[in-house]
Amino acid sequence: MKLTGAQILIEMLKQEGVDTIFGFPGGKVIDIYHELAKTDIKHILVRHEQGAIHAADGFARAGNRVGVCLVTSGPGATNTVTGIASAYMDSIPVVIITGQVPSYLIGNDAFQEVDIVGITRSCTKHNYLVKETEELARIVKEAFHLARSGRPGPVLIDIPQDVQQKAITFKHPDKINMRSYNPTYTPNMTQLKRVVQLFRKAKRPIIFSGGGAVLSKASQELTLLAQKLHIPVTSSLMGLGSFPGTDSLWLGMLGMHGTYRANMAINESDFILAVGVRFDDRVTGKIDEFAPNADIVHIDIDPTSIHKNIPVHTPVVGDCKITLGLLNTLVDKEDFTGSIKGRKKWLTQIEFWKRTSPFIYNQKNIIKPQYVIDTLYELTKGDAVITTEVGQNQMWTAQHYHFDHPGQFITSGGLGCMGFGLPAAIGAQVACPDKLVVDIAGDGSIQMNIQEIATAVQFNLPVKVVILNNQYLGMVRQWQELFYDKCYACTSMDNTPDFVKLAEAYGATGLKATRPEEVEPVLKKGLSSDKTVIMEFMVEREESVYPMVPAGKAINEMLLA
Amino acid sequence: MEDKKYILSILVDNEPGVLARVAGLFSGRGYNIESLCVAETTDPLVSRITMVTKGDTSIVEQIKKQLFKLINVIKVYDLTGTEHVQRELILIKVNAKPEFRAEILRIVDIFRSKVVDVGPEHFTIEVTGSEEKLSAILSLLKPIGIKEVARTGKIALSREAK
Ligand SMILES: Cc1ncc(C[n+]2csc(CCOP(=O)(O)OP(=O)(O)O)c2C)c(N)n1
Ligand SMILES: [Mg+2]
Repeated sequence: MKLTGAQILIEMLKQEGVDTIFGFPGGKVIDIYHELAKTDIKHILVRHEQGAIHAADGFARAGNRVGVCLVTSGPGATNTVTGIASAYMDSIPVVIITGQVPSYLIGNDAFQEVDIVGITRSCTKHNYLVKETEELARIVKEAFHLARSGRPGPVLIDIPQDVQQKAITFKHPDKINMRSYNPTYTPNMTQLKRVVQLFRKAKRPIIFSGGGAVLSKASQELTLLAQKLHIPVTSSLMGLGSFPGTDSLWLGMLGMHGTYRANMAINESDFILAVGVRFDDRVTGKIDEFAPNADIVHIDIDPTSIHKNIPVHTPVVGDCKITLGLLNTLVDKEDFTGSIKGRKKWLTQIEFWKRTSPFIYNQKNIIKPQYVIDTLYELTKGDAVITTEVGQNQMWTAQHYHFDHPGQFITSGGLGCMGFGLPAAIGAQVACPDKLVVDIAGDGSIQMNIQEIATAVQFNLPVKVVILNNQYLGMVRQWQELFYDKCYACTSMDNTPDFVKLAEAYGATGLKATRPEEVEPVLKKGLSSDKTVIMEFMVEREESVYPMVPAGKAINEMLLA
Repeated sequence: MEDKKYILSILVDNEPGVLARVAGLFSGRGYNIESLCVAETTDPLVSRITMVTKGDTSIVEQIKKQLFKLINVIKVYDLTGTEHVQRELILIKVNAKPEFRAEILRIVDIFRSKVVDVGPEHFTIEVTGSEEKLSAILSLLKPIGIKEVARTGKIALSREAK
């Protein structure tokens, strides 16, 4: 049977189990859209291609599967670049399909031609320019395999129009054959036995989990190990949800806006089991003074993450879930009662740090942003998928909402990309139609992709947006307050639109709270609606996020208020 | 942190764009590639890239791992400090006025090199060898007047155990 390139693409997408695509059409993907319309693959029509790629990202994270995004050549393709970079930094499995000008025009500055493969080379796990229709099926199969295996990441496929149109005899590709790509899933056992001995020796141990633990679905193994050995756990921003945020061993987040106890504990520890982390500078603070006395074991599927920022003593290359599973088995064979007893003092010390510095705020007559999130947490009983924008809103969410499950907290961690939260929430809502999905936003960030409210309304996605409106680019303002003589250069946003009217204009519901006593009723009303809702909270304008490790300082040098 | 010279030999898929991926890991960090030589191996699907670069040890170690992470990279050999043979070929176009011709030919002879093109005013000389040999002949010819030089960049292979 003869199939065109466009038909082959659709056939291969079905084979990969794709049932949803986030996209935006254009001249160079018109053939693909023509075929797509004949299938029952759901297409979510976004209002800006950046929305499509972030939505595919949110869909991938909430649904634990590969997200797919389809856009046209030129501007369609370039509009996805920010989102691709975000997915790359956070290792999220997405496949981006871009149309391209016909192959005989490539290089001629044809209408809507850009070298998207060149542009995205450094922010994709891999990318392809398909030169022959004959290669297309194999490339699609490889792309999905690459996106989801090993350390996941975005993979882009650029398909020239003539390649989409040409009809060939279609043959399903057999096995994938990539001789140089072979991720290590199973760790070295000798290395693991060494780790178990370190568990025994450790007097002040700590587990530090990151996005890798979430991606490899290692939560159960991680929780079991920590509870068995009585080891307290902290996470990076990306690791939130990999360990229950309500467990007594939970220390809270680590790093620049982490908890006092987590930062103190890591600094004083004599042993760190790092699981799927990359020791980003927001977590380590001043590198030379990070955890000076600790023996560090670093588990990661990506060997380039190990020794990158922090020299570690025991590298373990392997999948986090498999590795922790094996560690659990090894631990079960031995008796650790002695070493657990020896840790009493350590746990008491941690309890002391916990009491010295909880996240405090004083809710008086102006709404505190933290209070909004605390109330949201109580009303949702912790059972919601939360996305965030970037800035103070993101940090307060990480501090005040407690995540018990992986995939529950979706944020642009590595790139810190404003405008991420709303489209990501749309993607998450598509992946989890029965869950409550809330984007916790800042007044600045929400305006970067506010147009996606139209998408949510069109597809009946009951996404909830909570805007913490401080009429500032708050996080930048905070830095200006602390380190730039309170000179608030270009960070005031005191002409934000009327978000209630804006919501209504899009056909969504708009609610607003200006006084503390209105917070709970507005949240209750908004959350119980089955429509898309924007809830705006006028919060204390100059509230800052504390504690804070100033950039370049050691992690235990925290400003507490 | 000290800067060190590295010689890397990298086997890659023989496909368009692969060199750009490899080079991107260096240029993205502001690292210069001192020399680069790419050609097909006996397997037409595989090319060998031989690259000389200078940089901070820990960063080059990191780049080596990241090279390996590229989907199109099959193997990365770091020949720095290992037993290997390396060669470079250079073409030197030198001023050859009658009064210098004999002197030039003597130098060519000493270095066991070859004259590959002759004209009334020039010789083009082909020399192969180690870095030391190439810089020695260049410095001898320099006073006579070098018009142009083209070098291949280093190629290298590890030595087999005897
Ligand atoms: C696309 C993008 N541009 C600029 C920044 C820099 N930036 C980081 S936080 C921030 C302020 C965000 O303001 P808002 O969304 O109102 O959040 P707030 O900090 O006030 O909660 C800015 C401008 C960024 N992270 N992303
Ligand atoms: Mg703001």
